Formats: sequence, C-alpha cells, structure tokens
Amino acid sequence: MTANGWLQIGLFFVVLLAVTKPLGVFMARVFSGEKTFLDPVLRPIERLIYRSCGIDDKREMDWKEYTVAMLLFSVVSMLLLYLIERVQQWLPWNPQHFAAVEAHLAFNTAASFTTNTNWQNYGGESTMSYFTQMAGLAYHNFASAAVGIALAIAVIRGIARKESKTIGNFWVDVTRCMLWVLLPACLIIALIFVSQGMVQNLRPYDTAKFLNPQTVQTTGADGKTTTQTVTDQVIAQGPFASQEAIKIFGTNGGGPFNANSAHPFENPNPLTDFMQIVMMLALGSGLTYTLGRMTGSQRHGWAVWAAMAILCLAGVTVAYAMEAHGNPLLHGIDQHTSAMQPGGNMEGKEVRFGIAPTALFATTTTDASCGAVNGMHDSFTPLGGMIPLVNIMIGEVIFGGVGAGLYGIVVFIILSVFIAGLMVGRTPEYLGKKIEAYDVKMAMLVVLIFCLIVLGLTAVAIVSPFGTSSISNPGPHGLSQILYAYTSQAGNNGSAFAGLTGNTPWYNVSGAFDMLLGRFFMVIPVLAIAGNLARKKIVPESVGTFPVTTPLFTFLLISVILIVSALTFFPALSLGPILEHLLMHAGKVF
Amino acid sequence: MKKNLLISVLFTLVTTVLLGIIYPLVVTGIAQVVFPKQANGELIKVGDKLVGSHLIGQPFTAPGYFWSRPSAAGTAGYDPTGSSGSNLGPTNKALIDRVNASVQQLQPTNPGTPIPADLVTTSGSGLDPHISPASAEFQVPRVAKERGMSEQDVRALVAKHTLGRQFGFLGEARVNVLDLNLDLDALHPMR
Repeated sequence: MTANGWLQIGLFFVVLLAVTKPLGVFMARVFSGEKTFLDPVLRPIERLIYRSCGIDDKREMDWKEYTVAMLLFSVVSMLLLYLIERVQQWLPWNPQHFAAVEAHLAFNTAASFTTNTNWQNYGGESTMSYFTQMAGLAYHNFASAAVGIALAIAVIRGIARKESKTIGNFWVDVTRCMLWVLLPACLIIALIFVSQGMVQNLRPYDTAKFLNPQTVQTTGADGKTTTQTVTDQVIAQGPFASQEAIKIFGTNGGGPFNANSAHPFENPNPLTDFMQIVMMLALGSGLTYTLGRMTGSQRHGWAVWAAMAILCLAGVTVAYAMEAHGNPLLHGIDQHTSAMQPGGNMEGKEVRFGIAPTALFATTTTDASCGAVNGMHDSFTPLGGMIPLVNIMIGEVIFGGVGAGLYGIVVFIILSVFIAGLMVGRTPEYLGKKIEAYDVKMAMLVVLIFCLIVLGLTAVAIVSPFGTSSISNPGPHGLSQILYAYTSQAGNNGSAFAGLTGNTPWYNVSGAFDMLLGRFFMVIPVLAIAGNLARKKIVPESVGTFPVTTPLFTFLLISVILIVSALTFFPALSLGPILEHLLMHAGKVF
Repeated sequence: MKKNLLISVLFTLVTTVLLGIIYPLVVTGIAQVVFPKQANGELIKVGDKLVGSHLIGQPFTAPGYFWSRPSAAGTAGYDPTGSSGSNLGPTNKALIDRVNASVQQLQPTNPGTPIPADLVTTSGSGLDPHISPASAEFQVPRVAKERGMSEQDVRALVAKHTLGRQFGFLGEARVNVLDLNLDLDALHPMR
C-alpha cells in the first residue's frame, strides 16, 4: 500500500461526502413536486408523457397498487427487451449482422437488465446489435434505476407520513426520476466521457493491421495443430459513452463490452475511472440525505451515512491490502509497488489504474448493486475477492444500488431498533412509528428470502454435473465462483467471478429466477412495510425511545448488518475464499 | 389493474423512444461534431493504412519491438471482438505455469533484472495498451541491441511515450506500447 493509493481513496470519500447533500436535497425536491431549476425544460416533456400514456399524476396509490404497477411495468418492459433481442437481426443499427440471441440467453439477459442486475452471460461486442444495446439494454439501465429510486422514495414516504393510506404515484415517481435525476446528469457525463476517449458512433467495426503480425498455433477439435498468421485487428465500435453514463450512475453495471470498465473504450483513463467510482455511489449516498430531509431528521440521515462509510472503508482497506501484497505463489517476478510500476497482484488488472483504484472499484461496485468491474474479480487474491462477495452478501446496503440500497438499509434499521427495543424491554419505535410484529416479520422475510435463494441454488449447483462443469478454477476457488454467481444475481449486482461458464441452459435459467426472486420477492415485503408504516400514528418521543441519530445507533446498525450476514454466510465463505487463502499461503496449487 | 397494464405498455414504448433512441442519438450527434476523434476510437492511420487505436493494445513478439503484456483476448491476444481477462484464480496451476513460462522467456533477455509483475500478467480487458515504466526499462537493452541503437536513445523515446499519473496522483504512470513501437519504426526501422 502506498500514500498515493490512500490519497486516491481519501479523495473518493471527500468527493462522495461533498455530493451527498446537493443530490439529496435535489431528489427530495423532485419527489415532493417542488420547483427545481430544470422545470422549464422538463415540465413539458413530463406532461407529454402523462398525456400520451394516460397517467393521472394527481392520483395517489396505496402500497398494493404501487406494487402492482411496478410489477406490470417490469413484466412489460422485460418482454419488450426479450423481443428486441430475439429479432435484432431484422432491426436497424446492426452493422455486424449479429443473429438473434438464443432463447435462454435472451431470457437471462432480459431478467438481468429488468432487475438492475446486469449479469451478462454474453460478450456484448460479439452478440448484441447497437439497437439492442441502446433501445434494449441501456433503456433498462434507466428504467430499472428509476424503479429502484421510486421504491426507495415510496418507503421514505411510508416512514414520513402519518395515518396515510397512500405512498405516492408509481408512474409519477418513475417519470420524474428518469427526467430530473437520471437524464440530465447522463447527458453531461456522457459528453465528458466521450471527450476522454469513450466511443460514441454507429459505424461498423474497423479493421486495422497489426504492426507485428502474430503466428499462432491452434489445436482443433480433431486434435490437429494448425499454424495460422493473424494480421488483422478488428476494433469494435458503438454508441457507448451514453450507455456508460447510465450504466454507472444507475448502478446497473452491464457494459457494452465483455471486459466492462476494464475495456479502454469503456474506461479510457484514471479520470474516467475515478468519476465512475464516485458516480456509482453518488445517488445511494444522496438518498441517505433525502431520507433525513423527508422524514425531518437530518441527523438520522447522517447516522445512516456514517454506518455505510465505515463499512465501505473497512472493505476497501482489506481489498487494497490483499491486492497490494500480491500473489505469493508467483516466483521470479517483482511485485513491489513503486513509482515505476503498480506491482501487487496485477493479473486481471489494467496498468493505467493500478492496485488502489482497482481495489476501490471492486469495493464500491459491490457496496452498490452496480457490478461494473475495472479488473477481474476472479483473479483477485482469495480475501481480496472475498470483499466484493461479502459486500453483496450483506445486502448491498453500503450506499447500495440506487434506491435498493436505501430500502435495504431500512430493513436493517427496523431490525436494529427491534433488537434495541428487546434490550430495554419497550415497543421499538422508528422516527415516531411503532415497529410491530408485522413490520419485523416482513423485514425478516427480506433477509431470509435472500439467503435461501443464494445458498439453495449454490447447493444444487455444487452437487450437480450441470453446475460443476462450468467451473474454470479448481479447488476452493470453484466453490467461490458458483457462490459468487448466485450471490451476485440474487443481490442484483451483476459482477462475476467471470471464469465460470455462465452461458449454459442451467445457469441462464436458474440465474434468471435467482435475479427475479432477488428483486421482486424482496421489494414486495419492503413495500408492505412502507404501506404499514404510512398508516400508523406518530407517537411522541420519550425517554424510553432508542434514538436513531447517535453514534451508538450507527454502531448498532453496523453490528446488526455484520452479525446477520456473518451468521448466514460464514460457513460457505470458510469453505471458499478463506480456505483458499490458507492453502495459498501454505503453497498449495490446484 | 387493467388501467395500469395499459399505462405500462404505453409508458414502456414512450420512454424507450426517449431514453433508448433519442438520448443516445443526441449524444452521438454532439460527440461526432465536438469530439470526432475520440468518439470514433482514437484511430491511428499511417498514410492510408489503419494501424490501430491509441487506446487498444497490440501483441508484439519480434525482439526489436517493445512487448505488451500477455493477453487473454482471442487466439493471438488483443482481439477487440473478444475482450476478456484470463479469469484464472490465484491458486490455479494454469496461472502459475503461464507466469513461469513468461519468466523463462523474458529473463534471458535481461539477466539479473527483476521482471515487473505487469509484464507477465494478463490485463482485465486483454486490450491493455500500456506497460509500466519498469516494464519498458526492462526491455530497453533488448530493443537497443536489436535495432542497433544506443540504450540512451531508446530510453529517450520511452520517456517521450511515458504518461505520468493523471493530475499527478490518479492511476499509475504508464507507457503506450503501440505508440512507442510506431515511433521506433519511424525513427529507426529495423535492420
């Protein structure tokens, strides 16, 4: 680890802190229908959308209707994406003439992008037409992010309102999120990205001539060795800076290229890399301020922010230390960091970023449910790669995916005040609302459904030939690959231990259900909590109330998050990354 | 329910047109006018011939060139239609063997000097256009000898293509291998 590495990590926290209040205030204004400086431009577009779709923006919904509208929109937009993938050969902007996407892969991808997961069992540059990328995949980056934020706002309203049957209008929340929060920022960011070297065109791929043609020997299926000379380099193009902006800002993470943000066209230099790291967490961080503002307890918002920041710092510290230390099994090379070289575990990492930004990226992409990667997690050291895995396992509540992080942390807050209530023997309260059996049951459902689908599907895969045949790294790392796949999909993250062969009927279909259950079966209990809280009276604070604005609360929240996830997942982690770490230091190779 | 279903269909179509078609086309339009070079992949032409992109690496095996990092993208490496890391885990024998083979190939070209980690490891994209300054320095004696240049001259050329950390602290210092080799060919063609 170096001072320069820590300087970059430190600056990240400073910038994240600096954007929290402006974004939080802005979102609170947007979703409360207050005036903003963008109104003159966006109001007419907003009204046009309401009119053309028949949306009554004055009408509020109860939690059940809100849920139904969300589910219907998700199903319809998912079907459209599936359709686009299946007929892309007949649609415009397909200069490479890609064929229709296979049915099970198209299903997996449609589920993936609808749920804000962006798990990818395909390489974009060899599978998807420009039309599919823009109107199918990048559109869902907007839609799924807007749905996530809308749900978070609905939950905040549930906490803030008293004796109310309704929690807002789903269509209005999604529209305003798309138009005010996501679109203007993405327009500007996309153009900054282009100026730094991200591609933005609709041209066919270019063919360059290698300066030094390569002679390669390949062994065919018949076992014969053939020698061929490779003289050409086909350079993939595309309209991708615009996609990159929303991919990161909406914590989607599904890149147009297979290598994601490690690809020079998706992440050309250290500045774009730093921007991406901050943007991934910006809205999640801002929403903690929105929570404080809309519930009238700004100190509570900061107490939650502090818990998230502490967990984030802890994660990046471990990941950075492990990756900077390098791989003890590699001999005869210099892995020491210096001004002349990044050093450390450079397998799967880019020279322009080096160790600290890659460790930070891996941490933040899984703090959020983003899943973009600027280095390959599969090639991280065992404990360095465990940090992203653990971040997802604790529910991506460290700032979290846009919206999903906030409603995720509300679940843990409810459990925390419940446990605090048990300790002092009083009915727990949260910001004036009594937390009762129904709320706690729903919160526990969220926690239990997640571990059930992750561990259940992992268990099936590791005892089945169709599960284990996709493993590419033998030994404990193989278990980590499968565990990571199901954790990432259920958590709607989308990053991967990418050596696992995911494009098989089993992984496509089981993964799609993993993602759909991970999104919608979590959201329904969360909205039920929101609806139930909205109905309740406000009880005045008393001496027996456990305050949710203090460092003690922050500490308790962190403890509950860690204990719940550690108890659930520690056995699996000990057989995967922890065992691999011990064996690696004992010199064992698989 | 019925009403929300109808809204879902219309809303999906309307917002797809706005966010999935208009938005990327507007960005494309502005980008093509304001940043045409960047928006089209920073392509490099020598005469009429397209020789690559400043942002995308190429494989080099001839001893007179600076070599890039190993690549897991495509059969010959550095295939932008199949960007990929090796995804080999840290305890995978295939990784250890591959690194050992690279070490055995590289060490004789500069005995006694430690080999920088980035020169024997694959990047995440398989397209990494850069090597570290240490990895370039490691190769200076070999390239100088092959091209009949003084090591000083080669070093000066390396320095010309070395980028420091952005703003002095972001990322890592790096050398663009394709740019450097193009310059080598232009100034001191191989004998």
